Amino acid sequence: MIPEVGNFALVLALCVALTQGTLPLLGAHLNRQQWVALARPAAVAQALLLAIAFGCLTTAFVQNDFSVVYVAQHSNTLLPLQYRVAAVWGGHEGSLLLWVVMLVLWTLAVALRSTQLPEAMVARVLGVLGLVSAGFLLFILFTSNPFERLLPGAAEGRDLNPLLQDPGLIIHPPMLYMGYVGFSVAFAFAIAALLSGQLDAAWARWSRPWTTAAWVFLTIGIALGSWWAYYELGWGGWWFWDPVENASFMPWLIGTALVHSLAVTEKRGSFKNWTVLLAISAFSLSLLGTFLVRSGVLTSVHAFATDPRRGIFILVFLGTVIGSSLALFAWRAPKVGLGGRFGLLSRESLLLTNNVLLVVACASVLLGTLYPLLIDALGAGKLSVGPPYFDAVFVPLMLPAVFLMGVAPCARWKHASVRELARTLRWAFVAAAVVGVGAPFLFGEWKPLVALSLLLAAWIVFSALLNLFERVQSTRAGQPFLAAVRRQPRSFFGMHLAHVGISVFIVGVTMVGAYQAEKDVKMEPGDTVSVGGYSFRFNGVREEKGPNYRALVGDIDLLKNGAAVRKMFPEKRFYVASSMPMTEAAIDTGFLRDVYVSLGEPIDKARPDAAWAVRVYYKPFVDWIWGGCVLMAMGGLLAISDRRYRIKARSAAPAPAVTTASLAQNA
Amino acid sequence: MRRWLMLLLLAAASLGSPGVPAGEAKPLAEDELTEKRLIAIASELRCLVCQNESLAGSHAELANDLRREIRTLIRDGKSDSEIMEFMVNRYGDFVRYRPPLTGTTLLLWFGPGALFVVGLAALVRYLRRRDRAISDTPLTPDEQGRADTLLQDPDSRQGQP
Repeated sequence: MIPEVGNFALVLALCVALTQGTLPLLGAHLNRQQWVALARPAAVAQALLLAIAFGCLTTAFVQNDFSVVYVAQHSNTLLPLQYRVAAVWGGHEGSLLLWVVMLVLWTLAVALRSTQLPEAMVARVLGVLGLVSAGFLLFILFTSNPFERLLPGAAEGRDLNPLLQDPGLIIHPPMLYMGYVGFSVAFAFAIAALLSGQLDAAWARWSRPWTTAAWVFLTIGIALGSWWAYYELGWGGWWFWDPVENASFMPWLIGTALVHSLAVTEKRGSFKNWTVLLAISAFSLSLLGTFLVRSGVLTSVHAFATDPRRGIFILVFLGTVIGSSLALFAWRAPKVGLGGRFGLLSRESLLLTNNVLLVVACASVLLGTLYPLLIDALGAGKLSVGPPYFDAVFVPLMLPAVFLMGVAPCARWKHASVRELARTLRWAFVAAAVVGVGAPFLFGEWKPLVALSLLLAAWIVFSALLNLFERVQSTRAGQPFLAAVRRQPRSFFGMHLAHVGISVFIVGVTMVGAYQAEKDVKMEPGDTVSVGGYSFRFNGVREEKGPNYRALVGDIDLLKNGAAVRKMFPEKRFYVASSMPMTEAAIDTGFLRDVYVSLGEPIDKARPDAAWAVRVYYKPFVDWIWGGCVLMAMGGLLAISDRRYRIKARSAAPAPAVTTASLAQNA
Repeated sequence: MRRWLMLLLLAAASLGSPGVPAGEAKPLAEDELTEKRLIAIASELRCLVCQNESLAGSHAELANDLRREIRTLIRDGKSDSEIMEFMVNRYGDFVRYRPPLTGTTLLLWFGPGALFVVGLAALVRYLRRRDRAISDTPLTPDEQGRADTLLQDPDSRQGQP
């Protein structure tokens, strides 16, 4: 019964989405206020209906209703409750439902927090979001219905993939999808602006906090995924350039470009067309990512060919969205003004250069991700494009971008001079060079690439500090220094915090890449092995029983200079229902290093009480990778909380209310 | 499944048995240099039975065997490129994470560089043309008048943000 309610709610949600995607848009065009006024209630209704559908699917999981195909495939009576709930988005159908739920949550947020916007604008934005939602609901209902019944019902479920039975599953996909889907808001604002022909600074100001919010979620989502892979896959890698990872990284790159381009559009009225194009691209890449991950095309082009229904649908949907937005863009863009004038060297041009670098980097990632599919589809053989390729292509593109990150915040709008910039920044550069060249000596081996990376990381920090100092000095007007610091807008600190986050990230990536130490050893109980100044004493394995798995747990003493630091318990798990083995690493996390142990296999399969293959790692600064991402996200949050958005919200609020009231009287 | 059960039983039986005398663990490779080279080679190779993992990272049995085989090849004095060639001969280009430069991969290897050059060239061209377009359009008398009033009005002036 409950699954049928869920299914019905989905159908109703589709009807509401279609209404929301048509009448308000028409109403805004024809100036029909009743139709325009439909947008907000429709958004609320859709959110309620999808909450019901989502609740029904969750209930089916909690109650172990194995007469639902999706539940039977992704759950099991032995699965702990928290994973039964998270298993809702552990497979294809459910993650699409999560996608739409996120979409209607964003829609709801826009509907409720847009009182200061003109009604026609709100109607257009919500209308576009309604159309997107309708597309996805059609996809779910026709190709991927999570409520499909299994008759007769299964006695027991097939269980969730053990890789996913981790707190990471509970939090990573929702965060990632919030980010992915969040770009639909930036997209909707851009399309609404194109439809109305009002591409102005006000439009940029409205869509900016939404875009930053989506970017913050995506940053956190990607970082969580990376951290999850680090501790779950059992060998301490943090990024694999896997197509699925790339699918989330490409919208992030374009989203980053968009955040910067929006800044120029808001402050200087320039780059409007470029901003719109980026907003369309960011969302299109989110859709493309969904296509890549969901159509099965990644595992094999042939998997896609045997069941092309889903793939074809997304491809057509993708084509429709991109095609119609670009057509609209081509129609409207020529009429858009150029905005303020600026010199060949100015903050505008530097930001635009960074934008080009980010877009080229994204295009390269796209090329590398799609190339094997392309070659395979053309019948020209099978090849793999992996980390060595991406590192070789991506890193050189990012080096100039990171260098410019230190320059652009110090450059003036409109016109900057090389000489002035050089004079301002020379000491920051000298200090960065000293740190970059000197620091690698502290870690043993001096490597030129490490020096270059650390130089760039230090460069970002020093130029940010310099920028803060200069700015405070110039606006101080006799006040104490700290008081003037406090008067700077939050968005200014947000920008620098996010940039410092990149710097911290670079330190983490560089240090772990250059100075990681690892050993692959055979350990008898009682043996010790040392790596990175730590010793590990293996005391053998013992058996343990989990809720739905059995485990062999290694008992290892971590020692430093002969003194015990702590005990570590790496596990080898064996999941009962799926017959799958899993490796659970043991990690001692620290500010400056992680120590990481994972159990391989017993050397003699018949004697798990004897010797084991064990891998031990010393990973300097590895947590800075995710720490940097957290700083980036916090920078974004600071920028959103800037006073200027709140003031605009308050002072502008009465105006639309008055117009609606007067219009209501006229109607 | 049965093997695992046996494993567990044995593990349980062995608990509490007296410890073996302590010693330094034996590396799976003979020396550190071999291990370093192994990691370098293995991270360029794809584990053929995994979803998308390198040979260096995979815990799969085939990966263990192949790593052992690479160690043997290193011990036999084969160079890195000879080992790579051996793997490619056996498993095809699919095993390499760094695709070779051939006719079919020209676009892959030179595409990003070309995009970079084209992107920057387009940027410079755009900036030049834009600069000219803006300076070439003089203000209409009406716009000039509005600009003058705006400039005289101190409230409408915006400071450097």
